[in-house]
Amino acid sequence: MSDIDKTSAAGPGDGDAQQSPGEQHAAGGPEGTGEQPDRPRRVIGTPSPATARTLLEPAGDGSGHSPAVPETATQPEDEAKAKRAERIVAAFFLLSMLASIGFIAAYVGMPVHTLPRTFHSNLALGTAMTVGFLSMAAGAVIWVRRLMPEVDLEEPRKPVASTQEDRQAFQETFMQGGQDSGFIKRPLVRRTLIAATLPLALAPIVLLRDLGPLPGTSLRHTVWRKGMRLLVYGSNRPIKPEDFNSPGGLITVVPDGYQDDDDALAKAAAILIRFEPGQLQKPTVMDWTVQNIVAYSKICTHVGCPVALYEQTTQHILCPCHQSTFDAPRGATVIFGPAPRPLPQLPLTTDAEGYLVAAGDFNEPVGPSFWERG
Amino acid sequence: MSSQDGQAAATQAAPPKALVDVGGFLDDRFRGARGVRTFLKKIFPDHWTFLLGEIALYSFIILLLSGTFLALFFQPSMTDVVYHGTYTRLDGVRMSEAYASTLNISFDVRGGLLMRQIHHWAADLFMAAIMAHMLRIFFTGAYRKPRDVNWLIGIVLFTLGMLEGLFGYSLPDDLLSGTGLRILEGVILGIPIVGTYISFFLFGGQFPGHDIIPRLYVIHVLLIPGLILGLVAAHLFIMFHQKHTQMPGKGRTEKNVVGAPMYPYFMAKTGAFFFFVFGVLALMSTVAQVNPIWLYGPYNPLSISAGSQPDFYMGFLEGTLRVSPSWTWDLAGHTVAWNVLVPALVPLGLIFTGAALWPFIERWATGDYAEHNVNDRPRNAPTRTAIGMATVAFYGIMLLEGANDLIADHLDIPLYTITWIARFAVFLGPAIAYFATKRICLGLQRKDRELLEHGLETGIIRQMPNGEFIEVHRPVSEEKRAVLLSAQAPLPLPPAGTTDENGIPIPATSGLAGRLRAAANRVITESIPVNGGNGHGNGHAGGHGNGHAALGDGQAEHAPVGAAPRGPGPAGADGDDAEPGPSGDA
Repeated sequence: MSDIDKTSAAGPGDGDAQQSPGEQHAAGGPEGTGEQPDRPRRVIGTPSPATARTLLEPAGDGSGHSPAVPETATQPEDEAKAKRAERIVAAFFLLSMLASIGFIAAYVGMPVHTLPRTFHSNLALGTAMTVGFLSMAAGAVIWVRRLMPEVDLEEPRKPVASTQEDRQAFQETFMQGGQDSGFIKRPLVRRTLIAATLPLALAPIVLLRDLGPLPGTSLRHTVWRKGMRLLVYGSNRPIKPEDFNSPGGLITVVPDGYQDDDDALAKAAAILIRFEPGQLQKPTVMDWTVQNIVAYSKICTHVGCPVALYEQTTQHILCPCHQSTFDAPRGATVIFGPAPRPLPQLPLTTDAEGYLVAAGDFNEPVGPSFWERG
Repeated sequence: MSSQDGQAAATQAAPPKALVDVGGFLDDRFRGARGVRTFLKKIFPDHWTFLLGEIALYSFIILLLSGTFLALFFQPSMTDVVYHGTYTRLDGVRMSEAYASTLNISFDVRGGLLMRQIHHWAADLFMAAIMAHMLRIFFTGAYRKPRDVNWLIGIVLFTLGMLEGLFGYSLPDDLLSGTGLRILEGVILGIPIVGTYISFFLFGGQFPGHDIIPRLYVIHVLLIPGLILGLVAAHLFIMFHQKHTQMPGKGRTEKNVVGAPMYPYFMAKTGAFFFFVFGVLALMSTVAQVNPIWLYGPYNPLSISAGSQPDFYMGFLEGTLRVSPSWTWDLAGHTVAWNVLVPALVPLGLIFTGAALWPFIERWATGDYAEHNVNDRPRNAPTRTAIGMATVAFYGIMLLEGANDLIADHLDIPLYTITWIARFAVFLGPAIAYFATKRICLGLQRKDRELLEHGLETGIIRQMPNGEFIEVHRPVSEEKRAVLLSAQAPLPLPPAGTTDENGIPIPATSGLAGRLRAAANRVITESIPVNGGNGHGNGHAGGHGNGHAALGDGQAEHAPVGAAPRGPGPAGADGDDAEPGPSGDA
């Protein structure tokens, strides 16, 4: 039997039977009927003589309509098959029950409080839950597909719009209300009512005022002051220029006294980089460097992420959030990305004991653009 | 119907006693017999894409359940504590109570880690399902009147879902999400005039402050879920009231619904589907780690990790921020941060505003104010489908750009090259997608028309008595034919400057608005009508006509060609060598 014969047999007739409203099929194969593509398989080359003869014969029964779906569809389905399906569904539901019991058992029997135990508990609880839910789902799906007769019913759909009379009546009632209340006739009432609601709507917004202080000029300054020591972030120890054993690294520093103050650090965090003599170039402010050590704000001028990546070979500072790239030896000017300004430079000097200290605050606001920045 | 009843009678079993008088109980109290019965018999059309919205709904229910559990243990507080708990690698580390309690949920509450992961995965699935659902609605034209209001509700739900997700994953106060909040602050600061004020009021002062977590918490667990719940209820009620759309097919019209009744079919199926969604989420949460906040560490404004990506539904905004050039203006002593404002507002604003306005733009341009209950096949609305694909391309390119560092790392492409490609692709990609999609749609429409006019190529070559070879065509099935004929050629409006019979310009086509509308109409109605080739079959070379199904008036003419022209066919000479019928020798 050739492929052509088979597929064409399953084609049109099948679709016809499937879609007749109200008709139902034996639910033997859930996906078995009606899914074949319309297009018969193309035969490449010459069909064998026997097949070819078959193809040339007039349609077998003359009607052309092939009852691919047996007409017995409306008879009571095969009870043995149904029984088997029932048992499968029940098995899934039982499995789900066992899994839920297993879930409770795993909860009771598997303590947590150490990492391996936590992960084992997660695995056990999760597996039990997964099996419980999925077997419930599988059981229900098989139930619908195998035990419920397949139906394809039709329900009339009325247009959404009501009848013209109803619409007319509504409009009359609505306008009558407008007249009776005087809402249409007495504009003073109408207009003062509308006017009264406007400040009422503003009130909830005004109520939000005390959510926070006014910004004032607080975004323009950081806590850096003249003579404030730079502490290495993490160890919180002051640092001397000689402590840089080799040029090229990037050290995060915080102002002395504010090492645990996230609000202060969100603006004041800075990075130190030491260069070889002669590498630093304009527009770096040379007066603010100490022994080829330069300090920049660590807060990106784009949207405020910490610029934490430093590429030693190219001497680029990179913000990992949106890849703004700053040229470290040239005043941290922007060479790529969405940041609009160089990282502000922190004026550096040393104190009497030789530790690195700030010579003052940044001379411009750090971090992202804001309206009042100017 | 009758046969079904017959079978039902044949297999009736005695019902359990408790169920015998349910109807009586309900009716005695709520007069429900009639209304509830109508409800139970309501017909639900079936198509796999109709499940996408259900996935979103069930994800939302799972979010409510798992979120309630998490809220029993979570401390939305930014008070500093020093951690001494199960996760010893963070022992002695200063962190917020929010972060510490999230660690406790993960390691010290049985099932806590599972619930956290289910909650997070469900949020991702919720957003993914909403996106897929919206694409389905758009591409099939299911948003058309009377469902345009429900489409708008859907767009609001999508926006709320994004915010809800952003606020939710920020709550644990870990390094990754804290960085996200820092970016949020930076973007808010960029808003002209009021930006700094909004930022200070949101964060209770300077970033990070001590207020943001409890504030996000109440928004996340009360305000937005309440809004979502209300809008979901409205969304479902409207859908229920208006009845579902249905896919085109035989016997499906604008005036009916074909499918299976609510009870028991849809209830059983949708119940199974709920368990399926929950089961898959449980499986993912068991085997696939998500948001391991203990690896990120607590937030502090000095630290960051490479490869900081938000959840996928925020990735689009991450991409637009990354792709932006560094434009800012100094305007009379003020800074206008175009480099932040434009990427944060314009691209997503274009998508949302465009999506919200589209039903009304399409209606205006086509003049089609009718009610639509049978969905379009995407190919049959080439311009709409092309605009949809252009949007998908736009969104996809920005989503990829949001992961440009990961792409650079894994594919070994220079980082800046990717961003430069994205800067061009964001304009070229949607344009290419538009034109390619439109061509593909028109091509598919031509193919459809050919199928209707000529039938299927069977690959069978037959020799005619006069020696000529022809290929046998078989007409398409009735089901297929109904689908093909569902294409509605839009009616073109009169071109710009049209005058009526008295030579007066028609107002709708004159002036700038009229010309604009005529132009939009020309673009939107570009389509290949399916029934443009009447009587086509006879036009071919001798004898060939038999291989075709001549398209009549769009109805009825569907008898298999092999059988029909047994009488005097269009080309009588070959009346008896008809194509083998579909039954062959089955």
